[in-house]
Amino acid sequence: MQRRDAIKTGFSLVGLLAAGSFVYKEYANAKPVLKLRPPAALDEDEFLTRCIRCGLCVEACPFDTLKLAEFKDSGVGIGTPFFTPRDIPCYMCEDIPCVVECPTEALDPKLVTKDGALDINMARMGVAVVDEKNCVAYFGIQCDACYRACPLIDKALWIDYKRNERTGKHAFLLPIVDSDYCTGCGKCELACITDKAAITVLPRDMVIGKVGDNYVKGWVEGDDAKLKDVDTKMHLDSKKGIKYLNEDEL
Amino acid sequence: MKFTIARRVVQLTILGLFIAGNIYGINILKGNLSSSELFGMIGLSDPYALLQLFLAGFSVGSASVIGALIMVVFYALIAPRAFCSWVCPVNILTDLGAYIRTKLKIGKNIINISSNSRYYLFALSLIFSFIFSIAAFESISYIGAFTRGVVYLSGSAISIAIIIICIEAFLGKRLICGHLCPLGAFWALVSRFSLIRIYHNSKNCTHCNKCKVVCPEMQVLDIVGKQSGNIRSECISCGRCVEACDDDALNFSILKFRREQ
Repeated sequence: MQRRDAIKTGFSLVGLLAAGSFVYKEYANAKPVLKLRPPAALDEDEFLTRCIRCGLCVEACPFDTLKLAEFKDSGVGIGTPFFTPRDIPCYMCEDIPCVVECPTEALDPKLVTKDGALDINMARMGVAVVDEKNCVAYFGIQCDACYRACPLIDKALWIDYKRNERTGKHAFLLPIVDSDYCTGCGKCELACITDKAAITVLPRDMVIGKVGDNYVKGWVEGDDAKLKDVDTKMHLDSKKGIKYLNEDEL
Repeated sequence: MKFTIARRVVQLTILGLFIAGNIYGINILKGNLSSSELFGMIGLSDPYALLQLFLAGFSVGSASVIGALIMVVFYALIAPRAFCSWVCPVNILTDLGAYIRTKLKIGKNIINISSNSRYYLFALSLIFSFIFSIAAFESISYIGAFTRGVVYLSGSAISIAIIIICIEAFLGKRLICGHLCPLGAFWALVSRFSLIRIYHNSKNCTHCNKCKVVCPEMQVLDIVGKQSGNIRSECISCGRCVEACDDDALNFSILKFRREQ
């Protein structure tokens, strides 16, 4: 009887080891994935609390753009939708089926509604960023693949013409992204001719900066309104000077 | 065997319809068990998932609320935990794990916990949802992960299936569905007043205990041989005991109807 018990225990241990190795495989291979959400997604935190992970947006997408995150896609929230523009970008359907299908309004139609009609150009899925060192246009080679691919050509992505001092007779055709208009659809990233795209869509919160209220654009009408009711008291750290003297580095 | 076969047919049909909806765009059942769309019109949602989302954010889409109410009413009216044994695809895996366990004659549990643990986990998942503003169980749900893996045909479904089968076969008897699953706890609570119950007729019972051998939720059969009555709502309505009983002492019956007799 003892031997039989030992064999049984052995079976159990081997089985559990197998299970453990699969857990390890699922978690250890996890690769961080950019949180590029479908159009009209709420702010990341709010999106995560709202998304029921049903995949109706994934099924609604006619281009198979969206994927649901699995255990191996770390950092996105398991089961929530995201897309990888270099594989399949968002093709910006006018009727935005993914948003219409969402049962919990984690994709909030209000965010892409203008004058009572859906407007995909209001989507803010991410923002495109150009790697100037590896963009062939910055080499002086004429490439406007991303510019031509942009659905909001000359608005979200425009070309800056610059004289090429090296040759003296050619122009640089430099792609410039305007983050006010860029929807982050990623068509530019897909179109990019370099081995690894030199124009990449990143989540907006990773890229977009924020200027303090103390900077006023004098040439923009009404921009000084933010100075109204502002706290004008000086906030000085009286000990700062003493600290400066007492610390080693002078 | 008829109930088991019927259950497998229902489980696989639902999964099949989800897969068909995803791959071929067939408009019968779309989405997955968290939230879905029936015939492209009726939205259905998992009420437990929605409860967590509500506690996390205090606002949920109206379409999903109606869908969740439909599900609650539906499952509250029919048999107890019918979701667990007739719909949930994890049930297929845990049954397979239990089958392996009996075939290898593994008797000892490595982990021993009370079957009430699932209620604590259920409460904990709601508390965590509220505190951390995230659907606590949904974000780690093996049910969701496995269903998504199957419906969207990803390889991770296989790993998850193997993990679940191994836990059920080697770690403890009926550990996941019978002891841990907070979704099962939720459905047990919802099913308190469901209409179709297993009824035990102790006049016919010969104390052979065959039902207790096959039952995945043994504690619900505590009245067997002692008194006639309905089985508790922790029963997953799988009908195994009905199949096992040779003496016609256990059978599905309609609660209201029998009371009037």
